[in-house]
Amino acid sequence: MIDVKKLSKAFGSLVVLDDVSFCIDDGALVVVLGPSGTGKSVLLKSMLALLPVDTGEVLFDGKSIQTAGEKEIYEIRKQVGFVFQGTALFDSMNVVDNIALPLREHTDLSSRAIRDRVCGLLEVVGMQGKAKLYPQSLSGGMRRLVAVARALALDPKYLFYDEPTTGLDPIMTDKVVGLIKNLKKKYTNSGIVVTHDLTTAKAVGDQIYMLKKGKISKLSRIEKELYD
Amino acid sequence: MNLFSAIGDFSSFFFRSVFIPWQLRQSKHRIVRQVYEVGVGSLPIIVIIAAFVGLVSIVQTSYQVAGTVPRYILGMTVGRMVLIELGPILTALMVSGRCASSMAAEIGTMRVTEQIDALEIMAVDPYRFLNLPRIMGTLIALPVLTVIAEFDSLIVAGSYAHFFLKVPFDVFNYGLTHFFYAKDFFGGLAKSFFFALVIATAGCYFGFNVRGGAREVGRAATYAVVTASILILTLDFLVALVIFG
Repeated sequence: MIDVKKLSKAFGSLVVLDDVSFCIDDGALVVVLGPSGTGKSVLLKSMLALLPVDTGEVLFDGKSIQTAGEKEIYEIRKQVGFVFQGTALFDSMNVVDNIALPLREHTDLSSRAIRDRVCGLLEVVGMQGKAKLYPQSLSGGMRRLVAVARALALDPKYLFYDEPTTGLDPIMTDKVVGLIKNLKKKYTNSGIVVTHDLTTAKAVGDQIYMLKKGKISKLSRIEKELYD
Repeated sequence: MNLFSAIGDFSSFFFRSVFIPWQLRQSKHRIVRQVYEVGVGSLPIIVIIAAFVGLVSIVQTSYQVAGTVPRYILGMTVGRMVLIELGPILTALMVSGRCASSMAAEIGTMRVTEQIDALEIMAVDPYRFLNLPRIMGTLIALPVLTVIAEFDSLIVAGSYAHFFLKVPFDVFNYGLTHFFYAKDFFGGLAKSFFFALVIATAGCYFGFNVRGGAREVGRAATYAVVTASILILTLDFLVALVIFG
């Protein structure tokens, strides 16, 4: 379970997160909805201590990441798969090496076992046959799928998606949304999706929160329909 | 940022990058790759530059001493000049121009495209993943390049003396070997170790601290080369003071 407690973050006089609190139960996928520029990505990065927060803390199974030491932070992060908005794939590595990197760094698996695992993950995201390609020769949607495969490499307990469907065509959007739903069913990961797209939010979210002017609030069914 | 805090920041970045668990099983192939990138990648330009260093040295020395001292002095002067000063420093400046800038640009691009954040989130220490191999790779490659450059310069200088100044090889070689001091050679080599550290650290430091976009990446590459060059010349003086002073 992830418990976000009274998280606040400001850049100078600009308050991005103001006393943000919510909870992600085990097996639940929470969506944080909000227009571009409201601090959704800042929220995700603050939750993983990539950005320091002004006040508040985030508890992963009761352990605060803000007060944890470097080693403990890394232990917590190993439980998290993160899909970046810009994918953040390593452009000096091909698809296989991108996905294999966390396995090579954190496991003692043999090369063969790593290759099998990577092939399995590529199959899950429907990217078989693209293993030797480099990120720059993939389309935006394909890169997003490879990023999902990389996020799944260590079989994480939590999945974080930062704008997973932004900039994709409707067909690829459907594919990514379908993948997120399938992964939730198959692996029962908990997770958080931040997006500005209500259709995606409604399709994948167990609970939907709205982030606006730094404040977060739960979106009711009626509000969802009105927003629609 | 004042000079002292900049020096402190730069030094702590270096220590943070090197004094960590190396995890050689994962890091060794990245170190080998950097040795290749810095060493083999810089070899053609170093060979060309070193040849011209040898030519200029012999022409200048001959111009200044011709007719006033025995001819073997040419070998001695060029030899000591190349081993103590020109070999290490020009090799370092060339590698700095080529590698510090590319390290800063590569790491800077990784910073602005969130690839370093991705490493952090995958619980991979970016200092170990990115900086350690570059620093160690340069530390291995630069002294080797320096020795190659020195041999190259001396062979070219000796050949020029033989064919154009009518100084036979054995006379040039007599001056070169008779006045050879191990301290000259190893002193120059010691310099190249220090130069390697500042070249790679400057490249990584400015790349790592990029904030913004393409313009900042370009600036980081420039700062890396300028800083590395200034530090090379400063260290050259300090090491010379300690070893030869």
